Amino acid sequence: MTRKRRRLYIVIAALLVFGGATALVLTALDDSLDLFQSPSQLMASPPPPERGIRLGGLVEEGTVLKSTDGLSVSFRVTDGAQSVPVSYKGILPDLFREGQGVITVGNMGPDGTFVAREVLAKHDENYLPREVVDALKESGQWQGEATQ
Amino acid sequence: MHRFANPARFTRLADRILPFAAVGTVVALGVGFYLALFVAPGDYQQGESVRIMYVHVPSAWMAMFIYVAIAVASAVALIWRHPLADLAAKASSPVGAGFAFLTLVTGSLWGRPMWGTWWEWDGRLTSMLILFFLYLGHMALLNAFEDSQRGYRAAAILALVGVVNIPIIKFSVDWWSTLHQPASVMRLDGPTIHPSMLWPLLIVAVGFKLYYLTVVLLRIKSELIAARLRALDLATVKAAEVQGQAVQG
Repeated sequence: MTRKRRRLYIVIAALLVFGGATALVLTALDDSLDLFQSPSQLMASPPPPERGIRLGGLVEEGTVLKSTDGLSVSFRVTDGAQSVPVSYKGILPDLFREGQGVITVGNMGPDGTFVAREVLAKHDENYLPREVVDALKESGQWQGEATQ
Repeated sequence: MHRFANPARFTRLADRILPFAAVGTVVALGVGFYLALFVAPGDYQQGESVRIMYVHVPSAWMAMFIYVAIAVASAVALIWRHPLADLAAKASSPVGAGFAFLTLVTGSLWGRPMWGTWWEWDGRLTSMLILFFLYLGHMALLNAFEDSQRGYRAAAILALVGVVNIPIIKFSVDWWSTLHQPASVMRLDGPTIHPSMLWPLLIVAVGFKLYYLTVVLLRIKSELIAARLRALDLATVKAAEVQGQAVQG
């Protein structure tokens, strides 16, 4: 075996070992690398109220209630199976609306309401000109915006 | 590959490619940015903020592409000891770092109005930040040793170790729940981006690729010239020493 060939094997072996180790670590960490939990995950193992968590899902249609002071808002976050009521006081991002994917940061209240300190809107992977969306809606082919 | 490891042959080839690459860069970026900023429509959700995407996405592609190029060059340098491969890796990392930085900054500027935050420690954003740090580490290691050969060696090993981060960046949005959206262009079931927005994006991406080619060829060429100058200096010093000894003797 020439030295070049031996170095080639060493580099390949090192890459395989290191790649494998990384894959194992990532698999072991799995859930803890998630940025947010879904309502189902939250319901399955309710966290203690003092622990800050991120709850992610879609804003359930027809549940957004804005209070008269214009700052407080309540809505439900759903993943299709379960939904969690959320209350929030503050400015909402531009993309926030019913059916939109959101991530709320806060704590689970004692009454089962999630008290959010922060609401982030998720953007989906669809990029479309407004005119195209209008045309699709007109012809009745629009699939809706909650496609994430 | 071994053919182009010869510096003289490389320089001749680079001189032939450079004019085309430079002109191509200017044309592609000119056309691409004109289409992206003036012709492409606003997005139905994001409005005009979507135009940030035309810089952000090609920059991110380039940051990952250049890293893979550095890793391949590093492997070639470690295994076959081609000095040109070391130079190619060295020439590439500042360009890649620039693209990674541009990705992070434009992403942050887009994230504030769209997501409602400048930064979130999700899988995609964090792995991209790690890529930026890998570039900085690569540049630092190259210059950390008196003996440049040891610097090349250490930097090449770092580049190869760090390459595991590339699939993590790419698939972070599929493996974990992230704030960042999944891929719109590089996906199995076809792009989810309208053709009127996809074309400007692809043209800018070609422009960035040609820019990288131009800059990297120029940088390798100048490194070769610098190496030759050092060799000449050394030869002059040696000759002077020999002469001095002759006079003394």
